[in-house]
Amino acid sequence: MTAVPKLQVLHERGQHEVFCGLTGIMWLHRKIQDAFFLIVGSRTCAHLMQSAAGVMIFAEPRFATAILEEKDLAGLSDANEELDKAAARLLARRPDIKLLFLVGSCPSEVIKLDLSRAALRLSAAHAPNVKVLSYSGSGIETTFTQGEDNCLAALVPELPAEEPGASRSLLVVGTLPDIVEDQLQRTFEALGIAATFFPPRRSRALPPVGPHTRVLLAQPYLAETARRLEERGAQRLKAPFPLGVEGTTQWFAAAASEFGVTHEKLAAVVTPLAERARIALEPSRQRLSGKRVFFFPDSQLEVPLARFLSRELGMHLVEVGTPFLHQELLSAELELLPGVSLSEGQDVERQLGRCRAAKPDLVVCGMGLCNPLEVEGFTTKWSIELVFSPVQGFEQAGDLAALFARPLARRALLQVNACS
Amino acid sequence: MQLSVWTYEGPPHVGAMRVVTAMRGVHYVLHAPQGDTYADLLFTMIERRRERPPVTYTTFQARDLGGDTAGLFKTAATEAYERFKPELLVVGASCTAELIQDDPGGLGKTLGLPVPVVPLELSAYQHKENWGAGETFYRLVRACVPPPASPPARAGPRRRCNVLGPTALGFRHRDDVKELEGLLARLQVTVNVMAPLGASPRDLARLGDADFNVVLYPEIAAPAATWLAKAFGQVNVTTVPIGVGATQDFIREVAALAEVDPSPLLGQGQSRLPWYSSSIDSTYLTGKRVFVFGDGTHALAAARVAVEELGFTLVGLGTYSREQARAVRSAAERYGVPALVTEDHLEVEELMTKLQPELVLGTQMERHIAKRLGVPCAVISAPVHVQDFPARYSPQVGFEGANVLFDTWVHPLMMGLEEHLLHMFRDDFEFQDSPSHLGAAPPAKAAPLPAAPLPAAPLPAKADSPHDLWSDEARSELQKIPFFVRGRARRNTEQFAKDRGLHHITLETLYDAKAHFQR
Repeated sequence: MTAVPKLQVLHERGQHEVFCGLTGIMWLHRKIQDAFFLIVGSRTCAHLMQSAAGVMIFAEPRFATAILEEKDLAGLSDANEELDKAAARLLARRPDIKLLFLVGSCPSEVIKLDLSRAALRLSAAHAPNVKVLSYSGSGIETTFTQGEDNCLAALVPELPAEEPGASRSLLVVGTLPDIVEDQLQRTFEALGIAATFFPPRRSRALPPVGPHTRVLLAQPYLAETARRLEERGAQRLKAPFPLGVEGTTQWFAAAASEFGVTHEKLAAVVTPLAERARIALEPSRQRLSGKRVFFFPDSQLEVPLARFLSRELGMHLVEVGTPFLHQELLSAELELLPGVSLSEGQDVERQLGRCRAAKPDLVVCGMGLCNPLEVEGFTTKWSIELVFSPVQGFEQAGDLAALFARPLARRALLQVNACS
Repeated sequence: MQLSVWTYEGPPHVGAMRVVTAMRGVHYVLHAPQGDTYADLLFTMIERRRERPPVTYTTFQARDLGGDTAGLFKTAATEAYERFKPELLVVGASCTAELIQDDPGGLGKTLGLPVPVVPLELSAYQHKENWGAGETFYRLVRACVPPPASPPARAGPRRRCNVLGPTALGFRHRDDVKELEGLLARLQVTVNVMAPLGASPRDLARLGDADFNVVLYPEIAAPAATWLAKAFGQVNVTTVPIGVGATQDFIREVAALAEVDPSPLLGQGQSRLPWYSSSIDSTYLTGKRVFVFGDGTHALAAARVAVEELGFTLVGLGTYSREQARAVRSAAERYGVPALVTEDHLEVEELMTKLQPELVLGTQMERHIAKRLGVPCAVISAPVHVQDFPARYSPQVGFEGANVLFDTWVHPLMMGLEEHLLHMFRDDFEFQDSPSHLGAAPPAKAAPLPAAPLPAAPLPAKADSPHDLWSDEARSELQKIPFFVRGRARRNTEQFAKDRGLHHITLETLYDAKAHFQR
């Protein structure tokens, strides 16, 4: 393993203006189509889920909250009984569900409600139709995308072992929109690499894992999942993340090199895709080049995004804030991005102070901060959209750049002043 | 443990946030884990407020729990005071922080801040948003208003009032207060204090100077108003002026207190609703079956307007406000309809499906259910959505509010003349079976199908009638019925056949059923 150069990072510990890990359920429940996420929590958890959804989702979603009440706090045995009843009601209503996640929350963890034992109990009760697992999405344990990390980590022990004598295989890890996954899969096929994706769309289609498995992370926030996969013998490939042309090219190159794909073949497959993506970047590059951007911490995607904005779109990075900096997972990214001003954790008031002093051209921040900053005259990009939209891979590189260019384009268009 | 997908109300500390965000000079230090900061976006995104709510969160994490979370709270409160210099600090805990029992109220007192520190105990595992707002407002009033030794003696006309209840993130509160102020001014009544919206702690201190209180939203204002009435001998006007009739009642009540002549405000022409409702295009509104669900205040008001001012038939009335359950139940009894008091939107869906209304007046939740059922819907109450903060002036109270109600409730329905023309031309080969104002796709097909079995697509295809219930002739006749009543015609006919043990629906069955269900 290459040594990671020592970085200057500002560590902050104050008010964190970030979502908790429960929010990951928003995309996880769309991805694993026969899974249901039951939050064991409070009215606050339920309220967060419907507020973070922005507009309420039309169909009945595959998540719900079992809201703890006064009597559940009085005795844990009663709480367990109540939980069993809630799960039974839910599964009776949704016979299509094959995998049920019990998702721990701040209150369930503070009262030490043991959801892993509850999951075992419920698994036995509802076998073989439904498998029940648990993970924590609580705000005291997780920040936003760490919820997905915990969810996938809980699934790793369920993955079947490789067949004896299995040939080398590639496992792409991290939730991607189906359309992106299909595009990436086509490229792997063209390279002659057999790739499977995790999490799968159907909970019973779990990919095998073992010493012949090579893991390529599609998302930067999967530290615990990667660790557990490594415990099962898999080897993680060092690569930047598939954001932008450069990141995606190097991401494929890392797999190609491991699987013995020749440079000629890699170039033949990837170069036309990269050329097309560069054309798509151009309009946004013209708008963004030379502009200064400030990232508030949100999804842990900040470092790869900053690398993309800086190296491919010519933006200047004022500050790149991230909730956590996994230097090992990000080593390939950090090598591409030397000398940047990084901050980890948050003290939102102080960070706002730095942002106001620096007067960046574009601020990337969460929904709670955007409009007040717009009122102050800043142009902002809503960071959650970077998590919910298809942004990975060659075909989305132009869309990703456009997400950053649009707020500036809009501000240039409007001839009425909102800030007076 | 209550199984919930969507909730009508947030936790009680969100109610507290609505009160402090509405006020000036108040800051709220909330002991809460990381993640609870999501509540800021309710105010900055949904309501599009220009500033962040005046709330500091401690955002403790698991690693803090073994250590000094109380110290974390004290630091956060001290720094918040230094940074924001409020006139008053509110301190409290969200649901998780209640469990770790750090006692923010007690800690707040020890900080030695030069401003009042008001502790909130909101019992998050028992209570909800509106209760939290009501309790917070009550605590702030008690902290700011010095109670008199004895209620002051009052004589003569009472022409100074407080307006109590409007908050941040309230359903049309922004516009309601403007409409109400206009109404009061025309009755020669001055507003002493409006609170919480726009009031500072110093304003609250003057609440006792008023002669009476307008209890605009009882969910929030009732506890404070009850205490003020008792302490200061103030009268509480509890009629909520939503709809023409209720606005007139309100005017009479206030005019009697102020000793002014109400008649100029009671004559014709104050609102367009009475004339629009009498005009012939509105004939088609007669007897439309309406289902009403919302918070107590808006549901009660909507029921009255629907029945008395638009000539609809009320088929069901419900609320999620436990605090107003009794009032809603007794109103439902008066109207002779079932009352539903629940926080479970699945129960609401079940009743709506059973009652088969032609119009739903509900919350965003009922709007989604109505969309699935293919029934028109207008939103009358919180929980709020970004659409509930329209750019235009759009009050619910007063005479302009009545105009708004007429437009918002009637527009989702087929226009009278349009409905007539659809009947006339439905056989024309060029006729497009979809109304212009409901969008391109028929509503029943627009939403993804829900998991629970619900009355499905308007026309019975062979696939979903496994026993070939419908004869070809009856099916093709059903196709001729306008789409907006076809679903009901189909359900009624199938119910009619089922009740009579018929295994086959013929043309005759269809018309027998039509006659049976004819109003």
